[in-house]
Amino acid sequence: MTGLLIAIVLFLLVLAIAQIIRIYELATKASKRDEYVVTNKDNNYQGRLMLLFGFGLLASFVWMVNTWSPLFLPKPSSLHGVEIDMLWDVSMGLIVVTFFIVQPILFFFAYKYRGKEGQKATYYEHNNKLEFVWTIVPAIVLAVLIVYGMTTWSNVWNPDNDEEPIVIELYAQQFKWIARYSGDDNTLGNANVRLIQGVNTVGVDTMDVASQDDIVVSELHLPVGRPIKFLFRSQDVIHSAYMPHFRAQMNCVPGAQTSFQFTPTITTEEIRTDPDVIQKVERINKIRLEAGKEFYEYDYLLLCNKVCGSAHYNMQMPLIVETQAEYAQWLLQQKTVKESI
Amino acid sequence: MAKKINEEVISNDDHEHHVENFWTKYVFSMDHKMIGKQFLVTGMLMGVLGVFMSMLFRLQLAWPNEKFVILESILGKWAPEGQMDPNIYLALVTIHGTIMVFFVLTAGLSGTFSNLLIPLQIGARDMASGFLNMLSYWFFAASSVVMVVSLFVETGPASGGWTVYPPLSALPQAMPGSGAGMTLWLVSMTLFIAGSLLGSLNYIVTIINLRTKGMSMDRLPLTIWAFFVTAILGVLSFPVLLSAALLLMFDRLLGTSFYLSDIMVAGELLHNEGGSPVLYEHLFWFLGHPEVYIILLPALGITSEVIATNSRKPIFGYRAMIGSILAIAFLSFIVWGHHMFITGMNPFLGSVFTFTTLLIAIPSAVKAFNYITTLWKGNIQFTPAMLFSIGLVSTFVAGGLTGIILGDSALDINVHDTYFVVAHFHIVMGLSAIFGMFAGVYHWFPKMYRRMMNKTMGYFHFWLTFISAYGVFFPMHFTGLAGLPRRYYSNAEFPMFDELQDINVIITMFAIFGGIAQLIFLFNFFYSMWRGPVAPKNPWRSNTLEWTTEVEHIHGNWEGEIPTVHRWPYDYSKPGHDDDFVPQSIPRLKNEPGH
Repeated sequence: MTGLLIAIVLFLLVLAIAQIIRIYELATKASKRDEYVVTNKDNNYQGRLMLLFGFGLLASFVWMVNTWSPLFLPKPSSLHGVEIDMLWDVSMGLIVVTFFIVQPILFFFAYKYRGKEGQKATYYEHNNKLEFVWTIVPAIVLAVLIVYGMTTWSNVWNPDNDEEPIVIELYAQQFKWIARYSGDDNTLGNANVRLIQGVNTVGVDTMDVASQDDIVVSELHLPVGRPIKFLFRSQDVIHSAYMPHFRAQMNCVPGAQTSFQFTPTITTEEIRTDPDVIQKVERINKIRLEAGKEFYEYDYLLLCNKVCGSAHYNMQMPLIVETQAEYAQWLLQQKTVKESI
Repeated sequence: MAKKINEEVISNDDHEHHVENFWTKYVFSMDHKMIGKQFLVTGMLMGVLGVFMSMLFRLQLAWPNEKFVILESILGKWAPEGQMDPNIYLALVTIHGTIMVFFVLTAGLSGTFSNLLIPLQIGARDMASGFLNMLSYWFFAASSVVMVVSLFVETGPASGGWTVYPPLSALPQAMPGSGAGMTLWLVSMTLFIAGSLLGSLNYIVTIINLRTKGMSMDRLPLTIWAFFVTAILGVLSFPVLLSAALLLMFDRLLGTSFYLSDIMVAGELLHNEGGSPVLYEHLFWFLGHPEVYIILLPALGITSEVIATNSRKPIFGYRAMIGSILAIAFLSFIVWGHHMFITGMNPFLGSVFTFTTLLIAIPSAVKAFNYITTLWKGNIQFTPAMLFSIGLVSTFVAGGLTGIILGDSALDINVHDTYFVVAHFHIVMGLSAIFGMFAGVYHWFPKMYRRMMNKTMGYFHFWLTFISAYGVFFPMHFTGLAGLPRRYYSNAEFPMFDELQDINVIITMFAIFGGIAQLIFLFNFFYSMWRGPVAPKNPWRSNTLEWTTEVEHIHGNWEGEIPTVHRWPYDYSKPGHDDDFVPQSIPRLKNEPGH
């Protein structure tokens, strides 16, 4: 019955459209056979719309920045993150300025030079000086950005640490994260996917001396102010360890080991007292209250950022940065591989 | 070869008669104009599918917990009671990407206009090989059919993202979409690449060998330069994707270990050892990045032509435009690593790729400035094609600029795989290319269908599309900067993203609005095809050779001799001539300057 009704409605719709077309054709038949020719009126109208759009684009840009920039990630909580964000601000500043110069010129020219009947355009085919200028100016600006970017990148990879970094392994599997701390010897024992069995969820080689004091946990605790060297492995597909608050991200590749290191600078307790974060949490909790969801407290997070399957959207791990004393305390309470396997 | 082509005039008027010729004329045609139209219509059908899919997954993103009855009637078991399943969400995202990148913006754009315009604009009777050209279309058609069929298999279509990284795409245990759907995806892409290579080789040979008398390389319209370089890019890069796809096929079906090593999935330990998924990423992006320019360059070529014609001015810096096309094409082969900064690739390589990537901004800037200078002191005729071309320049600038951020390895750490990236590539590649495609359709519709499209509907179509395009993609920069990863089925699991929901709703509204606005175009297209006013020979008062052909399509394009070319294609408003355009076939005046 519904099928029939839909068919009838569709049929009537087609009929209606056909009738509208016929009426339109009859109405326009005599007057506009060359309706495609652009008239002065069209040019004036479209030219003004171009100008209007240009204004609208810039105005909405300003509006969006005003309204939505508080939603951005808060200030970086790692040493190298500060450096990255500085490069970010410089690059972003440059491109916003360029955007605000080039877009208005484009839309203004479109408006200003809208066609008039009987008018002829200026024959102007090239100007080597001008072209040289706008090749060389971007080249200089980009040269600066390239050098600045490469320097920052190199600093990210080769930080001058005062202390030996703590080695922690992040092990990814559909759809959860497991962390393995290297223990007192600061060396991770061998591990292989072939050794996964029962409670040995990350495949630690229990015969390896280095693995005896390794600690396998499902929550990531980091001491503030200590460099951390993460080693990443994956059990099944490519995952990506994304720690946005620390400006850190690295893929976890099955069959290979990748690494990334950073020094957390702000504890979870401290970041919760940051004015920006307090406001953010207030806004979020207002939304959550209306939706009847539980109260939210600000936390660092480790997210999966490479599509890895159906529950990719919920592959996360809590990440807590604490003082060195608290960290040591927490670590003591965890079981080593020797104790648990 | 072209000279042997039957010059008999075939009437194109009646779709019913000539029953004995129907197959050779509309289906297995070897005429480049018909093949171009076949590419266009197939590309448009795929485009409708791709855009429709994006509307479905945008619904999910805006209202993740809402139940939409309509979803169940469309997706069936994948949306029980109207609640979308995470697997079909990923499938929709994947197939949307695949369709838009390959089927619409590669085949639909380049296939259509290279076929239509290369012989017409260089003054050739047809492509070098009509038969290869026909094969090229039919490989594409077959690959489209396989891709559409893959939507209906039991375990769903490929769902690992359009880049289909293994091991996710190699292991049916990893996700349902990596089953039969993924095999069909690979079969489809293999056919697609074969078709694309046949087409590209044909374009290159035709442009090199079949130019008419006087059509030297420095008198080629920029459209042809763009198609030429695009074809070279395709020939050099698509085979690499083919090898990547074949190796992936081996890993899936024959138990090899090119990309697989040390894997335990769904509780099962696999035997594979020694392979590397990063190898796949290298192979994929060695095509993947040139692919961006395979999509973009034809759109830029079309824009050059449309902007010059409708500003009634020569394109500014013709030689610089060719130079920047060549520079972009060259650089596009040595920047693929900027998709892989955080894959564990050696950090030194990251520096190298940052360097080469940011260099691309220079020729791109030259192009943008030259377009803008072409408008300066012009006599701009706002045809719908011109509007879309100006729109393209705007999106090319807006999206290109954020490339300076993403190409910088250190900054990429912050936003890699977030919505910032989605915003960037949709604006610079998706929107620019689709605007170029619309500009091309509006501009050359009279050459394809001998009728004119409706101007007013074109205006409405442009403005609604332009506004909703920015409305959809500009806000994504902001969700990206809030750290929101792409390809998340729902962000409800993360309270930190709760406050982004309003933006998601706005984006979805614009997406639905913009999607519906495309109906205006579809209606205008099909209505004008049959009922539009009959086109004159040269409706836009343009200089290029295609407008010297008769309105009626004939085999061999020109009834008599092919015109000889005496000048470059951009003599608009040239002093010393009465008209504001001087077609390429007009002999030079005595002592006339210029080339």
